[in-house]
Parts: sequence; structure tokens; C-alpha cells
Amino acid sequence: MGNIFPRWLNFLPLQVLIALGGVGTLIVAVIWYSFTPKYTRVGYEPQQPIPFDHSLHAGQLGMDCRYCHSNVEESSHSNIPNAQVCWNCHGPGKVKSDSPKLAVLRQAMDTNSDGYTGEPIRWVQIHETPDYAYFNHSAHVNRGVSCVECHGKVNEMAVVSHQKPLSMGFCLDCHRNPESRLRPIDEITNLDWTAHDLDRDEFYAYLAGKTGKSADELKAEGPEKIDQEALGAYLKDAWNIHPPQDCAACHR
Amino acid sequence: MANGTTDQALHPSEAEGVAREPLVLNNRSFSWITERICGIVENRQPLGWWFLFIPSVLLAGVLIGTLVYLVSTGVGVWGNNQPVAWGWAIVNFVFWIGIGHAGTLISAILFLTRQKWRTSVNRSAEAMTLFAVVCAGIFPGFHVGRFWMVWFLAPVPNANAIWQNFKSPLLWDVFAVSTYFTVSVIFWYIGLIPDLATLRDRARTKVRKVLYGFFALGWRGGNRQWQHYEMAYLLLAALSTPLVLSVHSVVSFDFATSVVPGWHTTIFPPYFVAGAIFGGFAMVLTLMLPCRLIYGLQDMFTMKHIDNMAKIILLTGTIVGYAYIMELFISYYGANKYESDAFYLRILAGPYRYYYYCMFFCNVIAPQIFWFEKARKNLWIVFIVANFVNAGMWFERFVIIPTSISVDFLPAQWGIYHPSITEKLMFLGTFGLFMTLFLLFLRFLPVIAIAEVKGVLPQADPHYHDWKKIKEGRRGPGFPRPGSPDPSDVK
Repeated sequence: MGNIFPRWLNFLPLQVLIALGGVGTLIVAVIWYSFTPKYTRVGYEPQQPIPFDHSLHAGQLGMDCRYCHSNVEESSHSNIPNAQVCWNCHGPGKVKSDSPKLAVLRQAMDTNSDGYTGEPIRWVQIHETPDYAYFNHSAHVNRGVSCVECHGKVNEMAVVSHQKPLSMGFCLDCHRNPESRLRPIDEITNLDWTAHDLDRDEFYAYLAGKTGKSADELKAEGPEKIDQEALGAYLKDAWNIHPPQDCAACHR
Repeated sequence: MANGTTDQALHPSEAEGVAREPLVLNNRSFSWITERICGIVENRQPLGWWFLFIPSVLLAGVLIGTLVYLVSTGVGVWGNNQPVAWGWAIVNFVFWIGIGHAGTLISAILFLTRQKWRTSVNRSAEAMTLFAVVCAGIFPGFHVGRFWMVWFLAPVPNANAIWQNFKSPLLWDVFAVSTYFTVSVIFWYIGLIPDLATLRDRARTKVRKVLYGFFALGWRGGNRQWQHYEMAYLLLAALSTPLVLSVHSVVSFDFATSVVPGWHTTIFPPYFVAGAIFGGFAMVLTLMLPCRLIYGLQDMFTMKHIDNMAKIILLTGTIVGYAYIMELFISYYGANKYESDAFYLRILAGPYRYYYYCMFFCNVIAPQIFWFEKARKNLWIVFIVANFVNAGMWFERFVIIPTSISVDFLPAQWGIYHPSITEKLMFLGTFGLFMTLFLLFLRFLPVIAIAEVKGVLPQADPHYHDWKKIKEGRRGPGFPRPGSPDPSDVK
């Protein structure tokens, strides 16, 4: 009987093997790179109805985050301010009240304006926790986790974008090693703060009020040089922080 | 003893003094075997094949329908809930995976122990094994709820920082079953290569030539090819032998390593392995008894094979019976109150006690008839008992799994489990899938290992013709020549 297959087909298995290896590597590489929140979420920068400039308000003017996101310390949800909060400063006769950028605000608030509807401003949500994950803002900010850890340096953003992956791995990084993220509660909304800014005397005086020991006692016990790890370890111990790592902590 | 006995020594089977039943009856020739087995694949299928195939495909469609319904609606369409979180899905998984044990036992362990009767059974038993494992895999796969998340079971670094719990027997199960399936597929395929080449060489149409030729991997049957082939086959047999014992042991760990009374038992691994071989052989008989009649394979798949398998069923069934009784004895003899209560409810007072009675009758009592040779030689009895065993092994898994968790430590948590219609249809559907795959296997692949069966024919012995001549008095006393092996030593 004759040959069913041509001679060159002898090398086909090898070629197929090499091709499969290449395709396999490519698929792994593509999934590895682009199927993670590092790729799918980071950089998301939607256009907002009003081009509210965080770098101007929170950065240059130094407004506290909590002026607008006022419930963050009490609530699991950090609220988006309603139009009344904007109106406090941008109302009639106040700051830039005639700016064309604020037309949407005037539609929401100014009964005398042309297109008044009374409709709330439809801000576009950027950071979103999935429904199956429970996240509590107050639990974090009241235990020394700054806004910046999850939201990045919003005080430098003209347009807010998604800066951190907020994947489950991202949450677990901190829950497994909270020392690297804890800071004094006063500095929660100070997004530029680092542990090196900390004044040692001031820190222990501050802690004295919290722990019931005198500042000198604490200073004697505490670490010599305050870097983030030392501070974090100290705060973790002092505040008895044990971030849960079981499934039910977030998936309730 | 060399020369003195040669004139009496004829065929080795006779030389041994004990007449062994030949493995292939009626002194069939090489070409008859090729014709008969390849004929199944090359000719039109008998009507019986279509009568089985069409309902099987429809049932497989039912399986697909229930799976679509399950995925699109959610696992709530199953009846399992607290406290019985493991219902029919896990029962069916263990049932199918158990059936998948006969194939590797026949192909690997019987190969290493040189049981030559395996040659005409191993191909179909291995195919059945693979299809049973496919059916088994469906249940835990969908039992996880969101089956597209099944990749969480694999240790792949991921953005969720999820890592497997290597202390969990459920994870060992994933590895054990997937290893078993992979090795079984390779083993089965390696065994098929020479036969695929036979089919290729006999093929008349271009499509058949190309397809069988492709899968035959250029097999020519040369000496070097056979040398490599047999070494590969031997190594794979050695590799899969531990798997026969490990897979169902690991499956039993799913239960045995927990603390649930009725599950937490050290007897489980050997008891499960014996049960798996028991159920697997019953399924081989269930499939092959009709098959050998429909396709006229009685000369290769002989009464001797059926007799051997019936004996294995008797042995393993008795081991299983010992395990049942030992479980009861320990629950009575041990000091664990929960254990004794669990077994009291299981056999006397609980809602599932009838399952226990069915199980005990089907698995322990029914096979005892195989002590009698007459029963082993009666195909109807063998077929009926094999089906009792098939049913009994399902009852056994039901008795172990839902019964134990329906009565836990706290009476406040006790509850009854009712399977939903979706679960029932899904189980029925896996039979459709299983039969569809098996019938397609009959249709397209040689059901008996042609090359291997030829190897156990008397004609395959290099000295067959010499002995024949001696027997017929055509060979003088000069035989055997100096240096040639003594015929009575040649197997």
C-alpha cells in the first residue's frame, strides 16, 4: 500500500508541539497580564458630569476628605456628597457661581436657573466592591488605614481614576501584613503623610491618651526610630488589630 | 529432561500436565480474529446498536438540558440543603468513579501478574473506565455551584490570592481523579495504536485511511517499534497499578477524614477499593454480555472470562460484606455513642433503612450464588446478579453519604433529604452519556485488542509449528537442535 501521508508530515508532530507550546505560553501570558484587576480596573477614569478637581479642592485648598465624604467614619459606606454640599460654597454670589462647568449643579440646586430640574448630580462610580464582598469604611478608617491605601493620592488627581487593583489579593496583602499600612488616626485623611513625618514626642503624647499609660512610659517601651513597620507593629499591638483572613470576613 | 520428553511434549499447555482451557476457542486463526473484530467497525451496525444508540443520545440530551437549567438557574434546583449538603451529586460521583476501577485493574494489575485472559477484556473495560470517569467528573464539577470557577481547584497564582487547602481531601480527590483519568487515557491509547494501524491498513475510504492513519502514529509493526511499544506499555502498567488502589482510597478520605459519625472510619479505604473493583467488574459484565452476543465474540470473550469475573465479583463482594458487618460490629463494640446511634438509625430506625437492606441484599447476598459453578455458567444469572451489584453499589454510596449527614451530633440539625427531579434526570442523563460514548466506541474502535489476543493464540508461539510437526511425526529425533530452548520450558 502507498503512503497515506506525505513525507513532510513526519515533522508535523514536532511542529504542532512547538506551536502548542508557543500558543500556550501566549495564552498564559495574556491571561496573567490582562485578566487581573491590575489591568482591568487600574486606570479607569470616567468623565464626571461636573469636572470636579480633587487636586484643587483637597490638594491646593487643603479641604479635608470628610468635608464632602462626611459619613466615612460612621458608616460602612463612604457617601458621595449631595448637591447641597457643593452649593455651600458654589451657591449664588459665592465661589465661581456662574462658571459654565457648574451648569449641572445649578440645574440641581438653583430654582432660578434656566434648566432647573432638581435632579441629583449623577456622579459616576469609580471604586466598586462586588456585591459578594462586604467592605466597611468605618472599620478601616477608625483603625488607622488611610484613604490613600485604597484610593491613591486623590489630592493630586485633577480627574479621579482607579489607582489600586482592589483585588482580593490586594485586600489580603494588607490583612496579612497590616503593619505596613497603619498610621495615627489623626493622619487618616492626610494623603501625603509618611511615618517619617511623625514627631516622636507628639506621637507618644497622642498615644498616652488612648492607652492609659504616660507618654514617658510609652516612649521607654516604644521603638527607637519610628519607621512604618515599627509604627505599624506598635499600633497593631496597641489597638489589638487582628484583621480577619477567613472567607466569612468579607463573603458573609 | 530435555530430549527424553520431547516426543511427548506437544503444546506447552499439554506439557504442563493440566489441560488449560484455551483462551480463544475453536482454534481460530489470526485472520479470523482480525476479520471478526475489524468487521464490527467496518460493516453496518446491527439493528440492536441503533435501538440502544438513539435512546442513549436522547438521554444524553436530557443531561445537557438539566445542566443548562442548573447553570442558568443555580444549584438551588437540586434538593440538597442543610443538613444534607451532599446529596445525589456526590453519591453519583462516587458511583461512577467506582465503576471506573475495573478497567485499570484489568489492564494494569492483570498485565503485571501475567493473567493472559485479560487480553480480550481489557480494551472494552478501559474504554468503560474512561467514560465512567467522564460521567463522574460532571457531578463534583457542577456541585461547586459556579462551575466556571472550577479552576480555583488548581494551584494557579491569581489576583484573588486564593490558594488551595492542601490539608483537604477534597483537593487530593481532584488530583487523584485527574491523574487517574490522564494515565488511563494514555494507557488506553497506547494499547490502541497497533490495532488502529490494522484498521488503517484495511481502510477502503480516504477519510478512514487518514483518520486511522493519523491516530496510528505511523505504526508499521517493525521489531524496534514493538520493542519500544512493549516497554512503554509495561511502564504505563506499572504507573497505573498504584492508581487502582489510590484513587478510591482518596475518594474515601473525603468522608473518612471528617468527624461525622458513619464517615469517620479507618476501614474506608480498603472497603471503598474493594467496592469499586466489585462495581467495576459488574459493569464490565453488564456491557459485555450483550455485546459478545450481538457481535459474535463468544470465541474470544469466552465462558472462562465470565467465570473469572464472576469469581472476582464473589471475592470483592464478600470483602465488602465483611466491611459492612465490621462497621456494625465496631459501632456496637466501640465506646462512641454517636457512632452506635448513627448505625442504629442506619439499619433499624432511620428513614433510610430500606436503602441499607437493598444495599445488603444486592452487594452481599446476591453474589453468593457465584459459589456455584452452574450459576457462573448461566448467562442470565450472571447478567442479573451483575445488575444487582450495579444497583447495590449505588445504594451503598447513598447509605454512606446522605444517611450519615442527615443525623448529625445535634438532633436539632437532623433533616431528611429529598432529591429534586433535576437531580434524578441528571443521573439518568449520565447513563445516556455513558452508553452513547460506549456505543460510539464500539462503532469506531476495535472492541477487543486484536494484537494482544493474537499474542495468546497457540500459533503465536515461535515453536508452534515445530511441535505440530513432532505431534504429526514429521520431525525426527534430532529435534530440538542444540541450543534451542527446551519446549517444556517455553511458555
